[in-house]
Amino acid sequence: MPPAYEVRGLVRTHRAAARGGEPVLANDQIDLDIAAGDVFGLLGPNGAGKTTLVRQLVGLLRPAAGTIRLLGQPLDGQVSGLVGYLPQQEAALADLTVSLAVETTGRLRGLSAGAARAARDELIDELGLGPLSRRVLGTLSGGERRLAAFAATLAGYRPILVLDEPTTGLDPQARRAVWAAIERRRSGAGVTVVLVTHNVLEAEAVLDRVAVLDAGRVIACDTPGRLKAQVSDEVRLDLVWRGVPPESDPVVAALAARAAVNGRRWSVRMPVAEARAALGALTSGPAFAVLDDFTLATPTLEDVYLALGGRARDLERV
Amino acid sequence: MTELLPNAATARPAPSVPPPAARPGSWAAVTTVFRQQLARGRVARVPLLFVAAFQSIGLLLLLRGVVDRTSETTGQQVVAGSTVLVVAFVALNLLAQRFGAMRASGALDYYLTLPVPAGAVVLGTAASYATFAVPGTVITAVTGGLVYRLPLGRLWLLIPVVVLTGAALAGVGALLGLLAPRPELATVAGQLGMSAILFLDIIPASRLPELLRIVRAALPGTYGADVLAIGFRHRVPWGSVGVDLLVCLAVAVVSLLAGGWALRRTARR
Repeated sequence: MPPAYEVRGLVRTHRAAARGGEPVLANDQIDLDIAAGDVFGLLGPNGAGKTTLVRQLVGLLRPAAGTIRLLGQPLDGQVSGLVGYLPQQEAALADLTVSLAVETTGRLRGLSAGAARAARDELIDELGLGPLSRRVLGTLSGGERRLAAFAATLAGYRPILVLDEPTTGLDPQARRAVWAAIERRRSGAGVTVVLVTHNVLEAEAVLDRVAVLDAGRVIACDTPGRLKAQVSDEVRLDLVWRGVPPESDPVVAALAARAAVNGRRWSVRMPVAEARAALGALTSGPAFAVLDDFTLATPTLEDVYLALGGRARDLERV
Repeated sequence: MTELLPNAATARPAPSVPPPAARPGSWAAVTTVFRQQLARGRVARVPLLFVAAFQSIGLLLLLRGVVDRTSETTGQQVVAGSTVLVVAFVALNLLAQRFGAMRASGALDYYLTLPVPAGAVVLGTAASYATFAVPGTVITAVTGGLVYRLPLGRLWLLIPVVVLTGAALAGVGALLGLLAPRPELATVAGQLGMSAILFLDIIPASRLPELLRIVRAALPGTYGADVLAIGFRHRVPWGSVGVDLLVCLAVAVVSLLAGGWALRRTARR
């Protein structure tokens, strides 16, 4: 079985920006191997080039340079027989009821009329969309719309699913339903799933492998566990101040020099022993009077991301 | 997650080689796109139907006061042209806007990543808009026939004319909507196309200067309008009706193919 996707030296510049002045590299020399049957994640902040990458994977954008092979064959733009794609927006389905959106999408993926209706009923049931099935997508909340579009993406079997932010805006229950549906298809039918997320917790919990993107480049690609092992000797000390921290305190001064400051919140990555010592000094010294809260956390993918030189800080943590 | 489950690799069934790509037949594709687009049309159908029919009827009544009452051919052409104008309004103007908007919103990505022939998307969308053009054409033709005292026995000619002219103009409308660099330009282009039909297909060809007669012959709506105009005569030369309808058919096929080409062109930028 060839890999689901083999990407080599992929480059794509933003056209709109190229027209005005400096062309912006949306994807810069991307290499990826996505094994068949994996749930593969693309993690990164907004503007990292994730959507540009998946639009090339589904044949909507042509790479400026580099190659994409889909199941061993060069990608020629005709991927619709192999790939089910969930775009970031549901514009095409906005005027349809949930039930019609799922049924007609299945029909357009080649299901017979009867099979499309059966798939509709199963998917609406599987994802708990029953109460919404007669509502028009455009009138639903963002999360409900997302879930309905996800249901439409699953109508009609495809061996590969490319999902651009499938869980954005979903409530926890719907999120679990989406993950269960993905896992069912992976373990039952060997479906490969490539998905975009900027949620670090989600990435850690559900992905087999994750590529971390920043400014158009893949800065790391491995299992979440092995990526975290790269920074396992470090922990993150988070401090929340209730007042102005006393800078005369040498521990405070040392932490201030290394902390990522966000208002009253300080976040410092440091070796375990150092963190323990710093916390000990803080809680027994004068700074404790203005310290509102503190936490000591083992590394997350976000720490990996920052340790690897990721610049933006708008990853989601919920 | 896999680290915690050492047997995950063995528990996972080997992915089978994918079955041949499933794709809908052409008819299923057209009817399914039609169903989807009809849901869109439902939102705005009544006001658009009203506009489409009433602008043409307004024109008929306006020209009734202006044109030579003794000239029967002028009346025939005015009614036929006004009827085709309803089709043009919907197929050119509204469809160009619709495709421009679909392109701008990213809605076309949906069809471009499904195994649907591009022509089926154009035809299905056009057919859904035709559902509200049809009542307008009937109302216009009947009203015009009564106002200009024309024989209404051959109104069935509306069926081939609306279908073929509609398809031809819809292809052009899709082309405009898909190729215009901005949605507003698609709207302007659709409006201009409709204006051309408004002037050139309502005014009898014999009254146009030579240059405009050539332009008129190049308009996709002209042959449909001519068929209808002939249908209002007391004696119908069926041979020329047949020829005109064949031209309509040929233009419709070419125009839909062009629309489909434009749709595929928006992919893989």
